[in-house]
Amino acid sequence: MSATVEDRVEMVVNAAGRRVPSVVNGRRARPYAGVGATLPEGAKHGPPIRSSATYPASGDKRVADLKTALQLCGLRDGMTLSTHHHLRNGDRVAVEALLAAADLGARDLMWLPSASFPCHEPVVDLMKSGVVHHIEGSMNGPLGAYCSHGHMRGLGVLRSHGGRWQAIQDGEVHVDIAVIAAPTADPFGNADGSHGPSACGSLGFALADSIYADRVIVVTDNLVPFPCVPWQIQGNNVDFVVEVGSIGNAEQIVSGTTVITKSPDRLLIAEYVARFMRDSGILRDGFSFQAGAGGIALAFVQYIKQMMIDAGVKARFVRGGSTSYLVDLLREGLTDYILDGQTFDLAGVSSIGADPRHVPTSPFTSYNYHGKGNFASMVDAVVLGATEVDVNFNANVVTHSDGMLLHGIGGWQNCLFAGCTILAVPSFRDRIPVIVDEVTTLTGPGELVDVIVTERGIAVNPRRLDLIEALKDSDLPIRPIDEIKTEVERLVGGPPSKPELGEEPVAVVEWVDGTVIDTVWRVPEPTEPG
Amino acid sequence: MTTARAGEAGRKGDDVRSDLHAVVEIADRGGIEVEVTSKVGGLYGASIEETARSTLSGLHIEHARVRIDDRGAVPYVIAARVEAAARRAGADGDARPERVAERRPHTERHRPRRSRLYLPGDQPKLQLNAGLHRPDGVILDLEDSVHPDRKDEARLVVRNALRCLDFGSAELMVRINQLPLGLADLESVAPERPDLVLLPKTETASQVAELDATIREILGQTQGEPEVWIMPILETARGIENAFEIASASTSVVALTIGLEDYTADLGVPKTLEGAESLYARGRLVNAARAAGVQPIDSVFGDVGDEDGLREWARRSRGLGFEGMGCVHPRQIRPIHEAFEPSTAEIEKALQIVAAFEHAEAMGLGVVSLGTRMVDAPVVLRAQRVVEAARRAGLIGGEPGS
Repeated sequence: MSATVEDRVEMVVNAAGRRVPSVVNGRRARPYAGVGATLPEGAKHGPPIRSSATYPASGDKRVADLKTALQLCGLRDGMTLSTHHHLRNGDRVAVEALLAAADLGARDLMWLPSASFPCHEPVVDLMKSGVVHHIEGSMNGPLGAYCSHGHMRGLGVLRSHGGRWQAIQDGEVHVDIAVIAAPTADPFGNADGSHGPSACGSLGFALADSIYADRVIVVTDNLVPFPCVPWQIQGNNVDFVVEVGSIGNAEQIVSGTTVITKSPDRLLIAEYVARFMRDSGILRDGFSFQAGAGGIALAFVQYIKQMMIDAGVKARFVRGGSTSYLVDLLREGLTDYILDGQTFDLAGVSSIGADPRHVPTSPFTSYNYHGKGNFASMVDAVVLGATEVDVNFNANVVTHSDGMLLHGIGGWQNCLFAGCTILAVPSFRDRIPVIVDEVTTLTGPGELVDVIVTERGIAVNPRRLDLIEALKDSDLPIRPIDEIKTEVERLVGGPPSKPELGEEPVAVVEWVDGTVIDTVWRVPEPTEPG
Repeated sequence: MTTARAGEAGRKGDDVRSDLHAVVEIADRGGIEVEVTSKVGGLYGASIEETARSTLSGLHIEHARVRIDDRGAVPYVIAARVEAAARRAGADGDARPERVAERRPHTERHRPRRSRLYLPGDQPKLQLNAGLHRPDGVILDLEDSVHPDRKDEARLVVRNALRCLDFGSAELMVRINQLPLGLADLESVAPERPDLVLLPKTETASQVAELDATIREILGQTQGEPEVWIMPILETARGIENAFEIASASTSVVALTIGLEDYTADLGVPKTLEGAESLYARGRLVNAARAAGVQPIDSVFGDVGDEDGLREWARRSRGLGFEGMGCVHPRQIRPIHEAFEPSTAEIEKALQIVAAFEHAEAMGLGVVSLGTRMVDAPVVLRAQRVVEAARRAGLIGGEPGS
């Protein structure tokens, strides 16, 4: 049982009416106070200043292996070790780094990935054996189940990409050692993701780690002589470079081709999203949008592309997750730039490596709320998903309706600040309605969600009188959200019963400003029949 | 014999969605026991059990063990599968679930039938959202898309779908099996008053008459306007030869259609993309339908991936005189609607002609003229049809003359 979760944590009710812990993993936690209500203060956190006198003048920072590097970094029990997820489900480095730490006898580490994937399942055993104390980062699959059932010793902390940058920048989380998997690097530590056998595109998620960690290890399977050009990670922040045979499984890092959904319902949703942008006037010359690599988002790009051609307009920029579909827009002159947060397929990787108009970005440029602005709020429209949405447009992306951890937040929360936030979701999945009275886990406040697009119709947030007015002559099925909800419930036989959740928090969800917006509660393990 | 009173129905396996597998063992004592395994068990477990119990109660079964392996099925599917399993275990009777869908007035004889979307009767997942794609009609199919061993199950799924699903503005159609098997389908589905029944492999007028009489008997309606329309499907050379008699066999017939796979097989020729081998049959069908005052409707275009081919086929089909065709996938609906809708130029021209005609009528002129040209009566008639079709397709609004 979760005996070592901070005993008798005091729970407080935040501005969204959610019960949240006031202490998280020994740190004082601020409850969510509302959108824009909590302003950051203080100064940036800084790692110790090093002297170049203690680094090789030749610039060659190579050491034999990860174990040696971790030893030289002064690995100790209880440290925080961070990794990035640009290698997605092909990543070999995070698990190897933690296994190397285990070999060195380290215990009670905190692992701070920018996201975790099914390939990180071995970390479950490392938690069981005490090497890893807990994870702050997205958890799903086996890791999500381990945490959801209350087996993890600390609380999981789910942060947006921007929130993770901010937590590191503000010193809310101090990274002792950052291990950065690099598809290409030089012996000095300059590193980049756009070339090499394990190329993954941008390395933006590792940027904060490289700047703010005490010690930084770059691990590469494609060492080039100095200089590695271009470099997204600056070698001046790097302590050691480790050369390995392979940092990842290329097939799982990027997909060969990204395939658009064939589901007629999802195609219908994608088409509604595109028509919504056209009919509401968002689609115009010089506009911008962001769409990820989900099935609906990809299909949306194809529909909006045709509408752009028909209307004779082009975008100033589009934001990825980039795929071949965004690359095609760039090549066909339908957008001036791709500002790319992560790169999903081979076409994306080869484009970012070759085309200067395809620009790698980081959570700092795109998402950081504790800074002098960011790109997210400058995007005209963003197309996102959700597991649940309530009748007040509040949305959940982190848990399934049964309460189990399902997804990380990714850039989702940060993107809510776009000019128009569109959630494109099926109205039900496997009998479970997506529109509910109250979301299981609040991840994004409804005041920032403007439109819900389902295959049954489009609900516009009543706050957006401008959109409602702009759409008054549209033949799109614009409907009140309650009406769609009622229709789905009639189909699926009523609303679902509430999941039975334990009284113990297993994780918290942070809002973009670092406050706690909701708690993820323990899900009792299913009992075997008989 | 009281043994072997177990039956099973539905589907199992990891790739099954929106469906379930049910085993029912009817017993002599012990009451009803229901065991549910479900991926949505935490949220709908109690509801699944309740649906199973009320289904058994509808069949007057008091003692039974039920095992359900559910994959996110909605209630009408759960009820159909449990009923099918119970019937296979020897139960008789009929456990129609409570009606959820609103009853709508019977469709009009001459409504647009540009597209009709085939939905396999035994695959609920494809049925749930079918109406959202706005076909002119949906066909819940009991014939070719249903394996012979599953006909009994499919009937119950289709019957329940007719009671519980909302198909939007689509006309509700059922394709029954060939006679005489199709008569057993009618026992289940006719009482739910689908708008239209398709009769496959129709070869004679007497088959249509038999179908019509059976439906009327089941509905207890001996005279008056039909409550269920009939669309015979001609799929053999003999059927084509009898097209006019078949179309005229009953006032219930509103349309004739053709099944090209079976027809070309009957001729012993390959079916081609150009369709030259069926040109005679399709032309003959159009003529017979028009002569009998019913709609001629074309076959399906089977290659879902070939949208250009579909558009071309549909364009030529309209040129032959057909008013619509079948769809095997929702993606085919829009291209078909567009192909069977009059073009903007056609509509504009037709509106001018109709306006000129109305002007001549109002002025008491014997001759309709457009600019310096005289317009003949058949041209006016064709223009009126185009305007009417455009209005029905929502391409123009309002009433004639407004």
